[in-house]
Amino acid sequence: MYDAWKIIGGIIIFLVLITGPTWYDMASGKADYKPNPKIVTTEKNCVMPTEYMKESHMKLLDEWRNSVVRDGKRIFTSFDGKQYNMSLVNTCMKCHPNKSEFCDECHNYSAVGQPDCWNCHIEPEETK
Amino acid sequence: MGIDRRKFLTIAGLTAAAAIGKKTLGDSLTADTRELLPKDESLVGKRWAMIFDIKKCLHKDGCTVCMDACHQIHNVPDFGNKKDEVKWIWKEPFEHALPDNESPYLEEEFKDKPVIVMCNHCDNPPCVRVCPTQATWKREDGIVMMDMHRCIGCRYCVAGCPYGSRSFNWRDPRPFIKNENPEYPTRERGVVEKCDFCAERLAFGLQPRCVEVCPEKALKFGDLEDPESEVRQILHDNFAIRRKPGLGTNPQVYYLV
Amino acid sequence: MLEKAITGSKKYWAWVGFLMLVIFVGFLFYLRQLSHGLTVTGLSRDVSWGFYIAQFTFLVGVAASAVMVVLPYYLHNFKAFAKIVILGEFFAVGSVIMCMLFVFVDMGQPFRAMNIILHPTPNSLMFWDLFVLSGYLGLNVLISLIVLASERKGIAPPKWIKPFIIVSIPWAVSIHTVTAFLYSGLAARAFWMTAVLAPRFLASAFSSGPALLILLAIIIRRITRFDAGREAIQKLGQIVAYAMCFNVFLILMELFTTLYSDIPEHLHHFEFLFFGLDGNTTLVPWMWTSVVLAIVSIVLLVNPKTRRNENILAFACVTVFVSIWIDKGLGMVVTGFIPSPLGDVPHYWPTWTEFMISMGVYGIGALLITLFYKMTLSVRGQIKSESNTEEFEEVAAEAKPAG
Repeated sequence: MYDAWKIIGGIIIFLVLITGPTWYDMASGKADYKPNPKIVTTEKNCVMPTEYMKESHMKLLDEWRNSVVRDGKRIFTSFDGKQYNMSLVNTCMKCHPNKSEFCDECHNYSAVGQPDCWNCHIEPEETK
Repeated sequence: MGIDRRKFLTIAGLTAAAAIGKKTLGDSLTADTRELLPKDESLVGKRWAMIFDIKKCLHKDGCTVCMDACHQIHNVPDFGNKKDEVKWIWKEPFEHALPDNESPYLEEEFKDKPVIVMCNHCDNPPCVRVCPTQATWKREDGIVMMDMHRCIGCRYCVAGCPYGSRSFNWRDPRPFIKNENPEYPTRERGVVEKCDFCAERLAFGLQPRCVEVCPEKALKFGDLEDPESEVRQILHDNFAIRRKPGLGTNPQVYYLV
Repeated sequence: MLEKAITGSKKYWAWVGFLMLVIFVGFLFYLRQLSHGLTVTGLSRDVSWGFYIAQFTFLVGVAASAVMVVLPYYLHNFKAFAKIVILGEFFAVGSVIMCMLFVFVDMGQPFRAMNIILHPTPNSLMFWDLFVLSGYLGLNVLISLIVLASERKGIAPPKWIKPFIIVSIPWAVSIHTVTAFLYSGLAARAFWMTAVLAPRFLASAFSSGPALLILLAIIIRRITRFDAGREAIQKLGQIVAYAMCFNVFLILMELFTTLYSDIPEHLHHFEFLFFGLDGNTTLVPWMWTSVVLAIVSIVLLVNPKTRRNENILAFACVTVFVSIWIDKGLGMVVTGFIPSPLGDVPHYWPTWTEFMISMGVYGIGALLITLFYKMTLSVRGQIKSESNTEEFEEVAAEAKPAG
């Protein structure tokens, strides 16, 4: 190999740089951080089982949106028989008004789907 | 040799297109549907319509109660200039609102006097016909509805409306909303909005807000397909006109003269 | 073949560099529009379509005009157009891309553009416009590249391309007809709702497009070894003459119907254009300029003595192009909204942001056409700074039997 040391050296520097952020997080303890969304409601159940909500709450919200806006149907019967008005702000946020400690906990950590729902749907005021 | 550059790029491009196509198609085919029941208290109708009694409205000079109430509960912004203006319900001089019915010898009571105008929720709406994404459509109960999530802001519907009922958000409306109603969303810039006959209130058994607050009871709302309804009675007993009926849009806001 | 577009003389790179600067500045202004919203334009609640959509309308016509060279050559074997056909087709590609960009920059929620495809709506003309424009773009890209690649290899184009070329002829007519339908089906806008709008669009397209093609051919003759040929340019001049006559004839038809029937709702729009309405005289000088230029162009184009003089022909083409640009690119769209459905006379004029974004889009079109033409002319060995034996040597080397 021509210029072997330069090439191998370059590859090593590249690997160090690219894995650097991971090492940093592991060393500073940030990698151990797990998002912990705070539940403030005393209600026992959400509109769907918790496991489903963790995975697919956006899917549910999309269905609610289409049902309310496009079909004019606003009543949702949850898995435990209760009836809810399909509304992000008036139903979901009634039990989870603490957006910064609940929604943002996971969404900020994972930087997933910075939802632009809040461009239109008004975030409930949080008392700090 | 082997594969040449052009072939490679062609195959790579087609593969990428296939992969993207499969993913988007795959998502739309696995959507789940659940049983969704209508609530008992919602107002149900087959052909919603509004009646506006011009003479009753003219009792109060300079009254803006219906407009203020509607704009307040729906978070309609006030930009303070005509260029960016967004309005769902407002006043127009008689000659502007009902140009087919004006004459130099117009009844003195109506000359230059304001008349309330809003979306007519036409039975044959041209705005619905032109919308390329069905972001606006006619519901089964006659209401011409807006889906702000789907609107791409092309403003074809604005061009298609013969009544000037539609407004576009030329800029972010949030800073210009005076008394925010937290129970109703705002819109964002880049989408069209208009009166929707308070569909969200009808769902809970409430009358449209403008109808509810008018101090002179000049606005009446009801189902024209219901022979017992108040609006049917009024139209049966009184002469009513509509805006630009010759265009065939079949508007459902009636004006008692 | 594509690499020919990125090699060139200093002058070539100076021009490309200038265009990229224009595009970059336009892009910066577009970022401003993305962040503030369309309020940065001159558009308003009453005048909701303006400069962007007007440019789109004008350029659809220019794009469709490629059919004026394709039809005589491929359908009627008019050999004089042989050299110029591909320039017309590449020109169409650049124009259609500009059309789509103008619609994109006009949208309030451009990142939701996929909704037109995800929720197809056949009753909306905008859906069909996207469909026919995309189809036309695809057709012309395919045809141009295949034909050019065949030229490069020194062979005739493959037989299977013929059906695509034939289809592109009615397809060209369809793109401008569909665009006219966008306007002419709206009962709300009396100025647009006329059956003669589609024929007017086509007539003005077939005059302004070939006029620009003539001008490009003359410019290219100055800066490269490419000569479209006197016969081709003269034939195009005749086409522009006839099309412009028909265009003006149709305008006169519209004027008659409006003036004789005397219906205020129709009259007011023309009044606004030519005399001003309620003190709003924004477009009056422009419209009269367009009228004068149209008359001058017809006088110069119809008279064979003036048409045969290439300098006068070039001048006439400029007047045709400018006259029609004023008519479609300034007058047509905005006047649909003035006066408004409620009888108001709103004011509209594009803002600097609107103008700079539009220049950026025009820059993209000009850049694409520059790259395509450079590629084509390099393949033909007609670029002054490049040897014209290069290609023949390559082809000859490949054809030589090995050993």
